[in-house]
Amino acid sequence: MADTQTALLDDLDRSIINVLQDGFPIGPHPYAQVAGELDTDETTLLERLQRLLDRRILTRFGPMYHAQHMGGAFSLVAMRVPPDDLDRVVEIVNGFDEVAHNYEREHAFNLWFVLATETPDVIGQVLAHIEHATGHRCYNMPKLEEFFVRLRVPV
Amino acid sequence: MSGVPATSRLSSAARDHTPVDELDRALIVATQAGLPLVPEPYEHLAAALGISGDEVMQRLRHMQARGIIRRIAAVPNHYRLGMTANGMSVWNVPDERIRELGRRVGALEFVSHCYHRSRHLPDWPYNLFAMVHAGSREEVLQKVASIAELLGPDHLGHEVLFSRRILKKTGMRLSA
Repeated sequence: MADTQTALLDDLDRSIINVLQDGFPIGPHPYAQVAGELDTDETTLLERLQRLLDRRILTRFGPMYHAQHMGGAFSLVAMRVPPDDLDRVVEIVNGFDEVAHNYEREHAFNLWFVLATETPDVIGQVLAHIEHATGHRCYNMPKLEEFFVRLRVPV
Repeated sequence: MSGVPATSRLSSAARDHTPVDELDRALIVATQAGLPLVPEPYEHLAAALGISGDEVMQRLRHMQARGIIRRIAAVPNHYRLGMTANGMSVWNVPDERIRELGRRVGALEFVSHCYHRSRHLPDWPYNLFAMVHAGSREEVLQKVASIAELLGPDHLGHEVLFSRRILKKTGMRLSA
């Protein structure tokens, strides 16, 4: 990755990014603990972390929550929308509060959105509404099993 | 945020019928933007919530054990690190082999999400979804080719769907 941003990172930045992607301890002085593993000190680690966040090299540092385990229901839904009808359909789909993400993709199945609802049966209700309002079929593709969710970027 | 309606429903669900109690929820809200960058971050959170540092750590460990917290970690901005292309690769593999294959594909360094999802025959034959990130479209396609190689004879067909536009992205955050 010969990118200008990564070129500006020194070895310590890289080690911090790599190590902290794997996880962070829960303990009284966790930064000091990680700093020790990285052969640096707590103050330096905190400064570097703040700088990586300020420069948006890191988007976030903290607990990653699994929303589904907190009680929500989620599903990925695909639609095949004729290009000349896309704007109208997008407006309808995005108008539903339950639609959390919506992407246009380069494919006959060109609309892909994520529904987040309180309970699983609400997913079906929302999809019926969307199909009725748009006149196009919704292909519900709920997650049957998750194998891995994580992007580790070695730098 | 524009995602408030969706998130408020999620939060009421969290309140009504899940193992997340009010204090867990307060802790989630307090850490959604990130962990405090101070020498004793858990004590810092504890002071804000009016509980002890030990209770904060205990609750975080408990949520981690239940899978509510996947992990506490740094999330790199993959665009800033040069990974500017992403493609959703979708695969048709034998259902009876999907768990083993899904784990192997999901373990690849460039795959961020890997799921078994429902097929819709005959329109949509794909049952394994793997999001692939790389520095360019060409590189995404190379990585997809390496997935095909890994799947070997279990690879019954695949496609790559590159994103064209983000039409909505409100995320899912609990409201305070």
